[in-house]
Amino acid sequence: MRRIAKFATNPVVVALVASLAIAGCASKKTPNNAADLGLGGGAGAATPGSSQDFTVNVGDRIFFDTDSSSVRADAQGILSRQAQWLNQYRQYAIVVEGHADERGTREYNLALGARRAAATRDYLISQGVASNRLKTISYGKERPVAVCDDISCWSQNRRAVTTLSGAGS
Amino acid sequence: MKHVIKAILLIGAMASGMTAFATFPARALVEIDVNKGNVEPLPIAITDFLSGDAMGAEIAGIVAADLQRSGLFAPIDKGAFIEKISNPDVAPRFDDWKVINAQALVTGRVSQEADGRLKAEFRLWDTFAGQQLAGEQFFANKTNSRRIAHIIADAIYERLTGEKGYFDTRVVFIDESGAKTARKKRLAIMDQDGANVRYLSDGRSMAMTPRFSPTRQEITYMSYESGQPQVYLLQIETGQRELVGNFPGMTFAPRFSPDGQKVIMSLLRDDGNSNVFSMDLRSRTTTRLTNSSAIDTSPSYSPDGSKVVFTSDRGGQPQIYVMGADGSGQTRVSFGGGSYSTPVWSPRGDLIAFTKQSGGQFQIGVMKTDGSGERILSTGFQQEGPTWAPNGRVVMFFRDQPGGGGPKLYSVDLTGRNEQAIPTSGFASDPAWSPLLD
Repeated sequence: MRRIAKFATNPVVVALVASLAIAGCASKKTPNNAADLGLGGGAGAATPGSSQDFTVNVGDRIFFDTDSSSVRADAQGILSRQAQWLNQYRQYAIVVEGHADERGTREYNLALGARRAAATRDYLISQGVASNRLKTISYGKERPVAVCDDISCWSQNRRAVTTLSGAGS
Repeated sequence: MKHVIKAILLIGAMASGMTAFATFPARALVEIDVNKGNVEPLPIAITDFLSGDAMGAEIAGIVAADLQRSGLFAPIDKGAFIEKISNPDVAPRFDDWKVINAQALVTGRVSQEADGRLKAEFRLWDTFAGQQLAGEQFFANKTNSRRIAHIIADAIYERLTGEKGYFDTRVVFIDESGAKTARKKRLAIMDQDGANVRYLSDGRSMAMTPRFSPTRQEITYMSYESGQPQVYLLQIETGQRELVGNFPGMTFAPRFSPDGQKVIMSLLRDDGNSNVFSMDLRSRTTTRLTNSSAIDTSPSYSPDGSKVVFTSDRGGQPQIYVMGADGSGQTRVSFGGGSYSTPVWSPRGDLIAFTKQSGGQFQIGVMKTDGSGERILSTGFQQEGPTWAPNGRVVMFFRDQPGGGGPKLYSVDLTGRNEQAIPTSGFASDPAWSPLLD
């Protein structure tokens, strides 16, 4: 079920994710999809402009290479779509969470998570999102979404998640 | 923690025959050379202290456990004892102890004074030389019986090794519970042997990286309490908390200066990088020590306060750097294969403990302050965060094993020998050793 987190960033499989959510198959261990974010209910067609719409149809997160805070080419497309959506729905304030995998020490990873969040924020600003809507926070390696002892989890935990707050969620 | 009053016990009952024996000792006085590569633990007999209740045996048990965990002593099973000590004020029958190869012997007594205080006294004997090596008595509040035992263990350790002990100390750490994806992290404090655990925060917000003040019953730590990670001070006895500084962004990785008057920490810059600052706790003035477009974090002062060691990835990956306490002369000192972080200066000043990542493993090691003489003390799948015992002979850290579910605390001798698990009821991380208690 962890895979769903990745699929959710791919529009091709959005319908699949949504139908799984409806069918109640979404694992409770997978907090990355719309259903587990408490946005479920009639998740078949997310209301345009809702945070569920953002999470499912746009993709709320990007992933990073080991020890890197460079926005990868595959992440740039996601952030551009995020910016487009955020520029359309301006009622939201935005907090970008930066995360690191567990293969680093605690304090360094807090700093690394912060640098990833800042790189993501800066990319969104470069795509026209107003800087005064954006805040960042680092969770270092303290809030993994995937738990295992190998690279399949670590690559999912090296992430920046764009979360919406303020009006309209 | 109130003071434990101490007095030196002189031997009043040394028989004249004993004196002659002591004048011509068959061998040098018993001692342990802690700097030898491979120390054979010293066989020592620790008799139950005389008392009217169970406390005498309890104190002897705590002393024996402390000494055993140090790896330098091998307490002898009580079942092998021949002489039953009935008067700890007179010399024991040394032959009875030599025959079971007890090279050192501890006797003692614990009693309650009229005012309710505990009085504990002990004598340490060199059985082969037939001499008293130490004798002291202590008065303390009855609730401090474990402390009395640790103080006695420290006195024995110091007399036989020539080094300060570290048993009358505490460890502040993070108690971890709950799923890894939503881990609850609470500040906690315990004696160095795992006893007397007390929780210092309720776990509603994540707390991490606590460190002791060298001079006060106070810790500095980082918490998500305000929503943003920030550095706080906490008075251990009163529970009073205080934010350190008024910075716009994340502050983290705090440590005290050796005089307890400053906190050094990282401050996040707007560009996403982190630099090292110090803040004077009295004047509240802050001083920037690094200004790089990189991550500079995990600063730790040298014990004389003149230098700071820290982690930086300015060279591409995390490595260890040393600078003057004013930020001058920033110099990389780690050059082994892999990355290095969490440097902590030894209380003796001669070594830096670190976490090294290399070949998919995490290692705890030490190096000289110029980076030479690297020695790895422990290797594991995931381990980090060394902290020094106040005598600079033992390092504690935390380790997460695959499938283990969470981290636990371990200690290891400076020689890399004698790794010991520190008992905690739950998962535990981020240990920080206190100075010796007053």
